[in-house]
Amino acid sequence: MSPKTTNTSSSAPLLTMRNVHIKGLSDETWVDIINGVDLDLNRGEVLGLIGESGAGKSTLGLAAMGFCRDGCKITDGSIEFDGLDLLSQSRQQLRQLRGRRIAYVAQSAAASFNPAHRLIDQFCEAPLKHDVMARSEAETYATSLYERMNLPDPDEFGLRYPHEVSGGQLQRAMTAMALSCRPDLIIFDEPTTALDVTTQIEVLAAIRDIVKQFNTAAIYISHDLAVVAQMADTIKVLLKGDEVEQATTAKMLKSPKEDYTKSLWAVREYARAEQPLVTGQQPVIEITNVTAGYSPRQDILKDVSFAIHKRRTVAVVGESGSGKSTTARVITGLLEPRMGSVSFAGTPLPANYQDRTRDQLRHVQMIYQMADTALNPKLRIRDLIARPAAMYLGLSGRALEDRVRDLLRMIEMEPDQYIDRLPSELSGGQKQRIGIARAIAAEPGFIICDEVTSALDQLVAEGILKLLDRLQSELDLSYMFITHDLATVRAIADEVVVMKDGNVVEQGPKSEMFVPPHHAYTELLLGSVPEMDPKWLDRLLESRGADNIGDAAIARMK
Amino acid sequence: MSLISVLIWLPIVVAVSLGAGWLFRQTLIRLVNAPTAKFLRTAPLTASFGMLTITIYVTCAVFAPLIAPFGESEILSASFEPWAAPYILGTDNLGRDVFTRLVYGARNTVGIAFLITALAFVAGTLLGIYSALKGGIIDQVVGRLIDVLMAIPSLIFSLLMLTIFGTSVISLVLVIATIDSTRVFRLARSVALNIVQLDYIEAAKLRGESTVYLITREILPNATAPLAAEFGLRFCFVFLMISSLSFLGLGLQPPTADWGSMVRDNAELISFGDITPLIPAGAIAILTIAVNFVVDWLLHRASGLKD
Repeated sequence: MSPKTTNTSSSAPLLTMRNVHIKGLSDETWVDIINGVDLDLNRGEVLGLIGESGAGKSTLGLAAMGFCRDGCKITDGSIEFDGLDLLSQSRQQLRQLRGRRIAYVAQSAAASFNPAHRLIDQFCEAPLKHDVMARSEAETYATSLYERMNLPDPDEFGLRYPHEVSGGQLQRAMTAMALSCRPDLIIFDEPTTALDVTTQIEVLAAIRDIVKQFNTAAIYISHDLAVVAQMADTIKVLLKGDEVEQATTAKMLKSPKEDYTKSLWAVREYARAEQPLVTGQQPVIEITNVTAGYSPRQDILKDVSFAIHKRRTVAVVGESGSGKSTTARVITGLLEPRMGSVSFAGTPLPANYQDRTRDQLRHVQMIYQMADTALNPKLRIRDLIARPAAMYLGLSGRALEDRVRDLLRMIEMEPDQYIDRLPSELSGGQKQRIGIARAIAAEPGFIICDEVTSALDQLVAEGILKLLDRLQSELDLSYMFITHDLATVRAIADEVVVMKDGNVVEQGPKSEMFVPPHHAYTELLLGSVPEMDPKWLDRLLESRGADNIGDAAIARMK
Repeated sequence: MSLISVLIWLPIVVAVSLGAGWLFRQTLIRLVNAPTAKFLRTAPLTASFGMLTITIYVTCAVFAPLIAPFGESEILSASFEPWAAPYILGTDNLGRDVFTRLVYGARNTVGIAFLITALAFVAGTLLGIYSALKGGIIDQVVGRLIDVLMAIPSLIFSLLMLTIFGTSVISLVLVIATIDSTRVFRLARSVALNIVQLDYIEAAKLRGESTVYLITREILPNATAPLAAEFGLRFCFVFLMISSLSFLGLGLQPPTADWGSMVRDNAELISFGDITPLIPAGAIAILTIAVNFVVDWLLHRASGLKD
């Protein structure tokens, strides 16, 4: 095996894309996905691709491998990789290239690994297939990569199955796999989007480290600017298949030229003034000493208590598995607590939702993370919103129609245009708005917002947060805001509840929570949120030490 | 027929069938409104041919007395007359016109098969979705009961039941519908299991919706694609089942015309090199293939594959 140093001295770019056009088949017609994008990537360079969903980031990333998804085709332009024209290569030649010289790291590592094989076997597959290494050599190489990526117990790590390691570890294992043939180019497609902030750091650190060590070129696709700022040398901004602008990371962050880029940068600055706490008032929702779990032997929630007051927003933060959503299930009555109770405006709610009165059900509404699965795809917007209004308020005929139109206007959607559409005919942000309309149609006192903005682009998410804020003051609502994104907390919360392993570790008003001293875990959560400064990751690693991030840091806290 | 002539005729038959399918599709697209036409345009030629065939069968079934030249069980001549006017496909063992019986057979066999499939679907789908929605003990009890029914081979089970309850059309319909509803139950339950865990079902439950509303408005509309595809396949199985029961003498009773018993009645002609008994068998085969063409197309659409 020869190290890939033969061509590194040549100054020609590794990857050149010129005037690439890609079309996708949608509803029997071909629509433009990419309209003429140019891209140059030198050896050892990391290019960040940024844009909202639907901007064509992933499609462009895949095109760099000469690959198109089902129902897509490259209609024009040229893609040249190290002097090879990828578009004129046969399938066989492309297969030789992929995995060996160009590798791909997908967003969901859990879905990309075959659950039936050990990690090491999946690692060795590509080197053996491409005759790059012998099996024993590949295994040794895997161990050395695992070690460099700070994976626990590198000698034994590969013997585990995908379900036996954590999400962050799996994502690093996938990066190691991408490196198995020492490729010249790796495409990272949102590799940390599905991870918690604390785990995200360890993956980011590992990826950046390894890309530098091997002098591998990379395309890093993400919608999170702060993340890309840590990883990329150059940033390219895409909007609906067009390039908006491209500049070096430092320049792009300091002085973006285009309005669109500026608007992307500005989103994170939205923050609402904290509502004053009214003392001596009955809380709208009060959770007292709730202990609950899905099996009698294991409790997910341990003695959780907090209260939500009128017109206030309580943000519940914590990592996945900390019990945020379980708390919501206890409040809605989907999960009966083993001990403790939930009360609404002073009266205890029956533990099971089936025992609650219609009025009690009406007052506790929920908005879901995935608007796609929260709206019945076969019902029209009219029926989706009308149902709770008809059920709880007894409206029908003309009055019901007027109410639906009012509600649509409240969520800033033109009734005539949208009332007869199906959910599939709306954008992600609009679907989420319909979810909100359905919740407020019941005229509730309290709404649980379960990660409502985490599946949305930043600009759209900001619009949703502003809408929720406005509705809160207009309709006297109380919110419980489940989130793992601290930028959202900063934007909308009045109070913060920090959860870890089913316990409330810290709670208080937002103004206090963002000022030290913190509980060690809050500190870790706050410190792990990427900032727009490209030096942020360096500083963090320096101050905390490379071994004290992510899972390791959490384990140390126990 | 020699191999050579088969090789010559096969492509011609296929080309003519596909051409007829194309013509049929173009005609339909002209006749219907815009959204339906858009939907029809996605049909491949095989599915168009399938739709054409099904239309012909349905026409035969509905207008049987107008199409058939003679009465269904009218004894007209000596047995086993050759293919000559006025008996274009000859006569059967009792001297009844084969063509007439073929047309009436479409009405009896296809009509009853449709009725049975529809019954099996109503029962199986509702019970399957109900089980998936309720889960727990209810799901277990219903599931095990269905397992018991499914454990007995269907042909033997239906022979047994028909022997007990007699061979009237009503008991035939009820017995086969019950047996087939167990298969539909399995499918409906597994489809519904995927749907009931979606957020919009949770939202509807928390809203306080009744079970009937959940099944009919929230789950059923989202389960139609796989169920419709299964309907087509199940229809073929039911159809074959009736024909095999009739062949065994326990299905539709004489003198009712039925394709299965027509094969049996004229079976001895085969030894004389006459292909008349194969015609009803061919009618069964062509309908089965046609239905499957259409089902394949619908399944392909439902799976969202694009290529």
